[in-house]
This record gives sequence, structure tokens and C-alpha cells, in this order.
Amino acid sequence: MKLVEPASSPRLAPTFDVERIRADFPILKLKVGGKPLVYLDNAASSQMPRPVIDRLLRYQTTQHANINRAVHYLSETATSEYEESRRKLQCFINAREDKEVIFTSGTTDAINLVMHGYGRKFIGAGDEIILTTLEHHSNIVPWQMLAEEKGAKIRVVPINDAGELLIDEYEKLFNERTKFVGVMHVSNALGTINPVKHMIDFAHARGVPVLIDGAQAAPHLPVDVQALDCDFYAFSGHKLCGPTGIGILYGKAAILERMQPFKGGGDMILSVTFEKTTYNTIPHKFEAGTPPIAAAIGLGAAVDYLSAIGMGRIAAHELDLLNYATEQVNGMPGVRIIGTAEKKAAVLSFAVDGVHPHDVGTLLNEDGIAIRTGHHCAQPVMQRFKVAATSRASFAFYNSMAEVDALIAGIRSVQKVFS
Amino acid sequence: MADTKALYQEVILDHNRKPRNYGTLGNASHQAEGHNPLCGDHLSVMLNLDGERIDGIAFQGESCAICKASASMMTATVKGKTRADAETLIQEFRDMAMSKLDLNGHHHLGRLAVFAGVRDLPTRVKCAILPWHTLHAAFNSVASTSTEAEDDPMHAPIGNA
Ligand SMILES: Cc1ncc(COP(=O)(O)O)c(C=O)c1O
Repeated sequence: MKLVEPASSPRLAPTFDVERIRADFPILKLKVGGKPLVYLDNAASSQMPRPVIDRLLRYQTTQHANINRAVHYLSETATSEYEESRRKLQCFINAREDKEVIFTSGTTDAINLVMHGYGRKFIGAGDEIILTTLEHHSNIVPWQMLAEEKGAKIRVVPINDAGELLIDEYEKLFNERTKFVGVMHVSNALGTINPVKHMIDFAHARGVPVLIDGAQAAPHLPVDVQALDCDFYAFSGHKLCGPTGIGILYGKAAILERMQPFKGGGDMILSVTFEKTTYNTIPHKFEAGTPPIAAAIGLGAAVDYLSAIGMGRIAAHELDLLNYATEQVNGMPGVRIIGTAEKKAAVLSFAVDGVHPHDVGTLLNEDGIAIRTGHHCAQPVMQRFKVAATSRASFAFYNSMAEVDALIAGIRSVQKVFS
Repeated sequence: MADTKALYQEVILDHNRKPRNYGTLGNASHQAEGHNPLCGDHLSVMLNLDGERIDGIAFQGESCAICKASASMMTATVKGKTRADAETLIQEFRDMAMSKLDLNGHHHLGRLAVFAGVRDLPTRVKCAILPWHTLHAAFNSVASTSTEAEDDPMHAPIGNA
């Protein structure tokens, strides 16, 4: 008997069979300097499974044309596949309507869209924006630009030594000038899962909208934007087994409709004369110009793939990896974990006594192990922990326990070189 | 693929462990600060010129092993040499790190050639060059320099996520 499987579903055994999942990722077979690749830099960007690669190939070989523009077959096909992908993303995050899902080029672009579309219209002189110490530079710099332009003020939620937000302090920051909250769901530098539901409820009770940077949450946890009740939720395709150059901004329809466009151009208008231009309806109002059509469709295939495995099972396997790695590292003299929050996802930042992170990274690379070293675009976090940089291993569901063992052995050999 | 372990040779590890000329100089006639904003590394180089001759030199700072060993070996090498000789070494060291120098040809690098391994590690080239860059700035009385400065031949942004 022959089992036929749909192209986009991973070949799954009833239990979490990581070897079968790994078989879907061609790049994981790579050798680096003669050693099998151990890819532990997933927080920076994840790898792409065969069904997504195949989907891109199929689009490019049989479906490509510009969207929303022509009556011919290919344009209609591309348009309907693009919109179908939007609906897949809508399901993935449980948005009410597909028009609440805007294709952007990534998380950074999505946050900038909110800054320009919402911030520049509704935030003024003397108003306050609440951010946190944990934020990625992409959820700091746009707001600083806005604050400078408008004379608004940024207030920052501090963290404790474990890398957890001080929620009492967050609550104390609110006053009648508070106009916006931006907070990440999961920290890329430390792995902390923030209590965003509580933070959103608290802000809403004071009439303040909340943007969640979900770049590190969407790949690792089930996300339900209606349950969270956030006003905006941003994430990137390339951290989610999808292509680069594509990302999502979810926004509540009522807010998106009140916002001004971010970029002007084709597709975001209904009519243009030199006297008056009428903007298109959402989501098109925010998608000026030809979007990355192939990447958007590829991202649709990626969330199909992840959903077939199940985000709950992905989160559970990654937690097993994280717990195992944490236990191993805690047992190593001379290695310190940075970021010890009670609730964490998929990220292990660490410091090896007497060894600079760059030397750790270069030596691990020698063993085929890819980690990230540096400030992780989160310099305020580094300053809080009084380090210039950390070494960071970040896991995905296709990582195995054996790869954690390889990491631990790698760290030991780094210590040996420097002993 | 680079033979990275060859980069972390005993000489380099030794200079990292026991850096030579580490500290400050009381009578410095020239000094500069060097920064690599990409990784937060920084070091200062102080020297005293007696006419054209480098009479004394010291460095200190926070950095990776490659940068610290490079600084240590640099100070040990240029001490007692003339400024012109040091400038030649600066040029040759930079050229080596950027694969522009034929190590089999004529040069003055001597033991500094152990750093040739960085050629194959683009993200680490700046670590090795920073002390030399800073020495150059000190000669020219530029108080502070950066691997991201406009005049840096290695100027190129890296890093995300
Ligand atoms: C938490 C967080 N926010 C934002 C970003 C920016 O994402 P992108 O570079 O895809 O726009 C990243 C990763 O780079 C991230 O980890």
C-alpha cells in the first residue's frame, strides 16, 4: 500500500519524531568544515522545510504575475494565492478577519508602519510611550524617532536579575499622558516570556493601545490575537520557517481604519487625481507597491507546515530542549546562564568565564555549531547585565537532544582551549 | 573552511593570558581609544615618542582573545622601533588580515604572521586589526577611533537579530 501525503504536511509519527522532521529540512544535512551542522541560531533566522521550498518553486514556475492589476490568468492566480496566504496567516494567529492581516517586509517594517500610521497621527507633545528594557532595537528606535519628532516621552519598564519585567513598575508608569505601550512577547536576548495578556488588560483598562512584538513568540508558541486582545501584533516570516522579506502586522480593524497610510503608491489607492487621492480599504491601504508575492505565498506554506505539526507540540519539544540544555549548563563550572526567568522559550544566553563570546562563537563554529554572539540588537539588556555581549544558543523544533549534547561538548572544548 | 584552531595557537593564547605592556603609561606623548561598536570591544593605546623612536607603549581594554593578543604582540613588536617602521607594520598587518599581502613575499611581520588565520573569518578580521588601527590613530593624534569610522578600510556593517 502506498501512503500519499499532501505536499504541505510534515511526515509525522504520533509522538514527536524529531528525526522525521529533520528529514524535511535539506540544509540540516550540511557539513561545516567536515562536521555535521548543528544549527542553534534560530532566533536570528530559522531554516526552511522542503514543502516551503517546493511551494516557492511551484509559484515561480507556474503562478507568477503581478497581483491586483490585470485580468489575465496568471495575475488572477497570483492574486488569489496571495490572498489565500493572508487567510492562512489569519487562521495561524486567530485574527477575526483577513483584512486585519497586513503583509509587511518583516517585524521591523511592521513596527515602523505602526509608528508612522498610528504614532504620528495620534501621539503628540508631552505624550508618553511605555517600552521595556528587554526590547529589540526595532521596538525602540522607531519610537525614539517619533518621540524626537513630536516631543513625546519614552518610559521604560525595568527588569529583575532573572530578566523578568517588573510588572509593579510597569503599572506605576501609567498616567493620563500614557498613549501607547510597545512590548515584546518573548525576549530574543534572554528567552523571557512576558506576561503580555496581563499587560494588555492593564493598558486597556486605561484606554491605552498595545503593540506586541511577536518576532520570537510566533515561531515558538501558539498565538491567539483575539485571546490576547492586543491592538497590534508583529512578526517575521524568516524566523518562522518562511522566506526573508516578508512579515506580518496584525491590527484590529477599527484601529487600522483610523490610521494614516505609511507608504504611498500603487495598490494603496482607490483613485488618484492631482486634486485628491482616495485611499484603498484595509489591508490594501498599507500595502503600497508590488509586495513580495512569492515570499507571502511561501509564508502561507510555512504556517501550514507548522500547524500540521501543531504549535503546542512544537512548544513542548522546544521546552524539553531548553530544560535539558539549562540543566547541563547549570552543571558546568565556569559557565553562567544570562536570563533565568521562570517562563522561558527556546533561548539560552550564556557567558563562559574568562572567554569572550566572540571566541566562544568562533571555536564552536569549528565544531560545526552555529550560535549567535554579540548584543543581539538588545543593548539595553546587555547594559542591565553589565556585559558587552553574550553567547546565545536558540532552539527550533527540528533541533535534537543530541545537538544539545554537541553544544555542551563544544563549550567544554572551548574551556579547554582557554584553560 | 578555515582551520580555526590554527588561529587559536599557543602564542595567541599565551599573549591573551599574559598580555605584554598591559596598563597605562605615565609619560605618554600620544594616545588613542579604539572601539568596535559591533561587539562592544574597546582598548586604549598609549605611547611615548622620543624623537622618532617609540620609547614606551602600553595598552588596556576589554576585548576578545584575538584582539588582546594582537595588541600585546603589537606593543612588544613596535617598542623601540621608529614610527616609520611601525607604520609599515600597521600597513602590512592590515594587508595580511585582508588577504592583500603575500606572506611568502617580502614583509616585516615575523611572528605576527600567526594572525593570518583571521583572513578566513571575515567577522573576526576587525578584532585583530583594532589595536593597529588605534596605534595609527595615536600617531596621528586622533583621540578616538572606531572600526566603523569612515576612513576604516574595513568599514562594513554587520549584525542583526
Ligand atoms: C524580538 C525581535 N523583534 C524584532 C526583530 C526584527 O526582526 P526583522 O529583522 O525580521 O525585522 C527581531 C529579530 O531580528 C527580534 O528578535
